[in-house]
Amino acid sequence: MKLQRNGRSKALAIGAVALVSSLSLAACGSDNNNGNTTASGSSGSASAAPAINCGKSGSLIAAGSTAQGTAIDVWKTNFSGACSGTTINYQGVGSGAGIQQFNQGKVQFAGSDSALKPAEVDASKAVCTGGQAIDLPMAGGLISLVFNVEGVDSLVLDAPTAAKIFDSQITKWNDPAIAALNPGAKLPDADIQSFHRSDDSGTTDNLTKYFAAAANGAWTYPSSKTWAAKGGQSATGSAGVAAQVKQVKNSISYVELAFAQTNNLKSAAINTGASKPVEATAANAATTFAKAAISGTGSDLALKLDYATKDEGAYPLVLVTYEIVCDKGNKAETLDTLKAFLGYTISDAGQKAAGDKGYVPLPKELTDKVNAVIPTLA
Amino acid sequence: MTSSSPAAPQGRERRTRDSRVGDKIFMNLARGSGILLLVIMAAIAGFLAWRSGLALSNNQGNFLTTFEWAPDAPKPVFGIPVLVVGTIVSAVIAMAIAVPVAIGIALFISHYAPRRIAQPFAYLVDLLAAVPSIVYGLWGALFLVPHMDGLTSWLNEYLGWTYIFDQTKSGTPRNLFTVGILLAIMVLPIITAVTREVFRQVPRMHEEAALALGATRWEMIRTAVLPFGRPGIISASMLGLGRALGETIAVAVVLSSSNVLSLHILDAGGGTFAQNIALKFAEAGDSGRNALMASGLVLFVITLLVNGAARLIIARRKEYSGANA
Repeated sequence: MKLQRNGRSKALAIGAVALVSSLSLAACGSDNNNGNTTASGSSGSASAAPAINCGKSGSLIAAGSTAQGTAIDVWKTNFSGACSGTTINYQGVGSGAGIQQFNQGKVQFAGSDSALKPAEVDASKAVCTGGQAIDLPMAGGLISLVFNVEGVDSLVLDAPTAAKIFDSQITKWNDPAIAALNPGAKLPDADIQSFHRSDDSGTTDNLTKYFAAAANGAWTYPSSKTWAAKGGQSATGSAGVAAQVKQVKNSISYVELAFAQTNNLKSAAINTGASKPVEATAANAATTFAKAAISGTGSDLALKLDYATKDEGAYPLVLVTYEIVCDKGNKAETLDTLKAFLGYTISDAGQKAAGDKGYVPLPKELTDKVNAVIPTLA
Repeated sequence: MTSSSPAAPQGRERRTRDSRVGDKIFMNLARGSGILLLVIMAAIAGFLAWRSGLALSNNQGNFLTTFEWAPDAPKPVFGIPVLVVGTIVSAVIAMAIAVPVAIGIALFISHYAPRRIAQPFAYLVDLLAAVPSIVYGLWGALFLVPHMDGLTSWLNEYLGWTYIFDQTKSGTPRNLFTVGILLAIMVLPIITAVTREVFRQVPRMHEEAALALGATRWEMIRTAVLPFGRPGIISASMLGLGRALGETIAVAVVLSSSNVLSLHILDAGGGTFAQNIALKFAEAGDSGRNALMASGLVLFVITLLVNGAARLIIARRKEYSGANA
């Protein structure tokens, strides 16, 4: 309390300084559980140790998407636990900022929720001497439509109905469109409180991409990270909207699976046109990933997700987050460490460790392709 | 900083020379600090102006009339009216609530409370200023918002005819009004602390003269204390207003922001400059960052104008307040 005495006005000035964004600088490699003799129940780290190929020890600096932050945290802990002398520092500054830092040569890899745009690839050529930046899918995710409606335990929605709910075209829970999808459910005659993200977010981007592709024109806005529709309420961050859904009756929002799980929120199943509605589970999302086409060329493994899929048990509202690296021209001194770390993250152990934290382990069809690319990095 | 050699036996001569050197050092330090401040201000303004220029030349919408904020879209469109209105409305609500309460607290501490209570009470108020704004934000989101329902619906029912208190949308009260109340609590300690000090400096003679003429305690405060303290109250309010205008994270946590311009302050929606910057910065691309800088420049200018206005008011008041008597 330096408020008293000499420094009153100084203290006032300090009070006015505002925290713009909190970077989570997690301490690196503090759990040095070499050998992993810990109990086998915890987050797959026990099984991970023998499979990790450490490569040359060194330190990696990375930045990007907050959506994959939790996965990176787990991988980092397991990897630097097994490989003493290697530290990984990942800053969750957002996909856009991550790519920007990558293209300025400040980080060895960037995490991004969406594949590189052509302009970003062009910019990367300055950093990747003789090569360019590529996308490597590393962690899958799915977006749950979470709801909190009294007396309703399971809810089925389809893309047009969900799009109209989030666009405030459907405003009551007992709207005929919702009732038609949920025969027998006791839907209340209450206003729908829809929540969206107030910050720009890859989750919003993926949701609106899904609406644009699958909602048959019910979503009239272009897909973007910024929420474009007019109605509804907003909250900051996945944790923020999840907290609102928990707090507010008759609400609905969209968050990634992990947030739905940690907040014990109910997720709607999606009627995709398959024989029965698809539940929001990791297994159903993996089915969608397995069928995704690769849209990147060469060693770029950007995925083209089929949001309009009608396959049995394929949950359509999924997202994939990438690690951005150079195909050629990575920094020589960290190349080996980078390959070793990425090799671990895409390994079965790495994917399982992320899966325990609410991510969707990528199917073998995809991990095989990523595994084939990693050794070719130079 | 100054070197005051204690009890130098060499006598007068040496002491004056010593203090001359000290004076010089101190003068240069003070002057340097002043210059440094101006240089920093100019650098901030220059940097913001440069980046804003880049952003504005790309803007396909009108910066002054567009409601959307989509600077990273293929056709960048962004504008500030929603932010200007939101920032000013929330700050005005905050000031309307905080200033009277702060004056009351300050008067209580300086003129009413027994010394035994006044001292710890003053500390307590100062303590409020030390609470980080994220804590206020979380308190606002988790406690204040759920408890605002009653007041919101009361205002809507009895004052709905005033248009501004008319609630047109259902939903939780995560609106500019709630933000205003939260900001009021946040700026309260600043305004209280400064006004309290000013009230303490009211010349004893003035107060005793008022009392001797038969004034009651309240009349004494009205005739002697408040006129003397008016410039102080104004500058204290400006300090508070500065914080209210620039508050970031607490607003970001509490407000349900949108790009809808509405003067129905009980409807969720709207936004403020600082909150918008905090929310959009993380995922913004080059163009988005420049656009945010442009909005930052506008906030900078608004704050300068407000402070300038305050200076003018204080300068004019000085002439006929009791301060120069």
